[in-house]
Amino acid sequence: MLDILQRLGHKALSRLAAIGRAGQLLLQSLVAAPQPLTMLPLVLKQIYFVGVLSLVIIVVSGGFIGMVLGLQGYTILVDYGSEQAVGQMVALSLVRELAPVVAALLFAGRAGSALTAEIGLMKATEQLASLEMIGVDPLRRIIAPRLWAGFICMPILAIIFAVVGIWGGSLVAVDWLGIYEGSFWANMQQSVDFYDDVVNGIIKAVCFGIVVTWIAVFEGYDCIPTSEGISQATTRTVVYSSLAVLGLDFILTALMFGEL
Amino acid sequence: MRMRTVEIGVGAFMLAGILALVVLALNVSGLNPAEQTGGYKVYARFDNIGGLTPRAKVAMSGVQIGQVKAIRIDKDMLMAEVEMEIFNDVDYLTVDSSASILTAGLLGEQYIGVVPGAEEDLLGEGDFIQDTQSALVLEELIGKFLFNKVSE
Amino acid sequence: MKPEHDSIIDIRGLSFFRGDRAIFDDVNISIPRGKVTAIMGPSGTGKTTLLKLIGGQLRPERGQILLEGTDIPKLGRRELFEARERMGMLFQSGALFTDMTVFENVAFPLRVHTALPDDMIRDVVLMKLQAVGLRGARDLMPSELSGGMARRVALARAIALDPDIVMYDEPFTGQDPIAMGVLVNLIRRLNQALGHTSIIVSHDIKETLGIADYIYLLSDGRVIAQGSPEELADIDSEQVRQFMQGLPDGPVPFHFKAPDYHQDLLQEH
Repeated sequence: MLDILQRLGHKALSRLAAIGRAGQLLLQSLVAAPQPLTMLPLVLKQIYFVGVLSLVIIVVSGGFIGMVLGLQGYTILVDYGSEQAVGQMVALSLVRELAPVVAALLFAGRAGSALTAEIGLMKATEQLASLEMIGVDPLRRIIAPRLWAGFICMPILAIIFAVVGIWGGSLVAVDWLGIYEGSFWANMQQSVDFYDDVVNGIIKAVCFGIVVTWIAVFEGYDCIPTSEGISQATTRTVVYSSLAVLGLDFILTALMFGEL
Repeated sequence: MRMRTVEIGVGAFMLAGILALVVLALNVSGLNPAEQTGGYKVYARFDNIGGLTPRAKVAMSGVQIGQVKAIRIDKDMLMAEVEMEIFNDVDYLTVDSSASILTAGLLGEQYIGVVPGAEEDLLGEGDFIQDTQSALVLEELIGKFLFNKVSE
Repeated sequence: MKPEHDSIIDIRGLSFFRGDRAIFDDVNISIPRGKVTAIMGPSGTGKTTLLKLIGGQLRPERGQILLEGTDIPKLGRRELFEARERMGMLFQSGALFTDMTVFENVAFPLRVHTALPDDMIRDVVLMKLQAVGLRGARDLMPSELSGGMARRVALARAIALDPDIVMYDEPFTGQDPIAMGVLVNLIRRLNQALGHTSIIVSHDIKETLGIADYIYLLSDGRVIAQGSPEELADIDSEQVRQFMQGLPDGPVPFHFKAPDYHQDLLQEH
């Protein structure tokens, strides 16, 4: 019995210690005086790897999810004679919830795991140590650009996801199921408020971006520098960031849409 | 060479993001930069607001002239009090205008329909619309129908 | 016992702990200037840790690491940055930056520490690559290099700034005979040609004895022997002899601690 308690306590303490190290990493990478001239090309390169290369999965997933929403929405609403509301249903679901959350989950799976593996591998092959020996702070040269790139890319990907999804929904509803195009867009425009829905969705995406990128980068930096360690770290990144996104989503949704 | 690909890629990515945001703003949420002229508050009391919710539209002849901002209970009159924001460029609502809670379509959203009256004076900030028509509640209608039927 | 030439690095009373284990316990080492010094010992004695301590990546619990009088662990960011300009390190796996070409890898320290114009950097990089025999490979990516070639490029990068001290972390481990021979040859030739101080951390007796001028033998966190290769061969110590001759059993026992053999077998029933 005491043994189990001890192990539980040990696990809890080591998690806490990890969170502490993660916080330290974040602070040291971002707060340490940045040199814009050298940082900018590094950040741009990371935006390419983290954002541009994620576009395919975001666009394809967004399109399909939008189409499914249109289809399912139609089949449910048509029973109540309210199939005109499909537009607003697709748009609100995407903009408020699905775009930020699903895009963040996909981002964690594709870009997050890639970041963790890359940084972990750099640690294992002593590249981080040799950077230090040459006198370059790996936190500023390797970690910080990746953090900034993640923060910037996540909202953009979520917005693109939403737009592609709505387009997919319109494809299904208007072109295939015969809903009048005018009422599709008019109803949508009536019920989607820019500040309450779109901006809130973007705020969510920004929060998710921060959390996912931070976890991904930390797990890579903190991992045991063996191949097994890297694979464990990558798994942890995907699992923890997914859970964090979903949990954070609930909190943010309650805060933003609770009163409505 | 590779740097060029990166820069082009990132530029296109950012552009796509900005375009998508614009689409979201204009096409999806109907944000109309011209329309935001602000508005003045007009109030109305109803016995029953039915399914009216904040952000429902306030329309005249079907054209939107404002938005429902808040719904409260008036403790003195024990009725529902609806706060509406009428756009500033709507300057033809007379003091004897009437407000009714209507339904868009059979099972659609409820909105407030305003019909202007014949008086000279116009509604201003903080004024109350006196002539109101509450929402049609299905149970009351059925009750009335049955009552009529019985008395025949 | 003490080297006759002056020492460029003086380690005094060094103590470093990892958890409860003492990696170094009051160790004194002097690295003679301009010579090839080898730090040897069984695996896990913390030889790489010593290099990290000299390079300022780790801080000791006690003791001084004096680089020509400056105590490394006490340096601030700026001074450490300048001190590192004088050191070059060759990591065990080469540790080339995988997202840059060979040329860019060797140019990296130059870009970080100097403000030289591009054409001068190009000249220096080509010279360094020529010294290790890989000038023709300058546009390859590290993934396209063999292990031995990667290490040679890493060596070129380590000497890019013409440092006063070059440190080699297990340079001979896992190399085929030709690559080994090339590396041994390079280390010796560069040391003579460029006049820097070389510190080799290794447990390869044959290769290291061939090029080292002075050797320190570490075990259990202490220096158990030091001297030139000839002096070490004459040392009358069981520990030293076991290591130097590669004997399977001796002060470092063959058998891991286990209960009595007879009892163990019988207990199975």
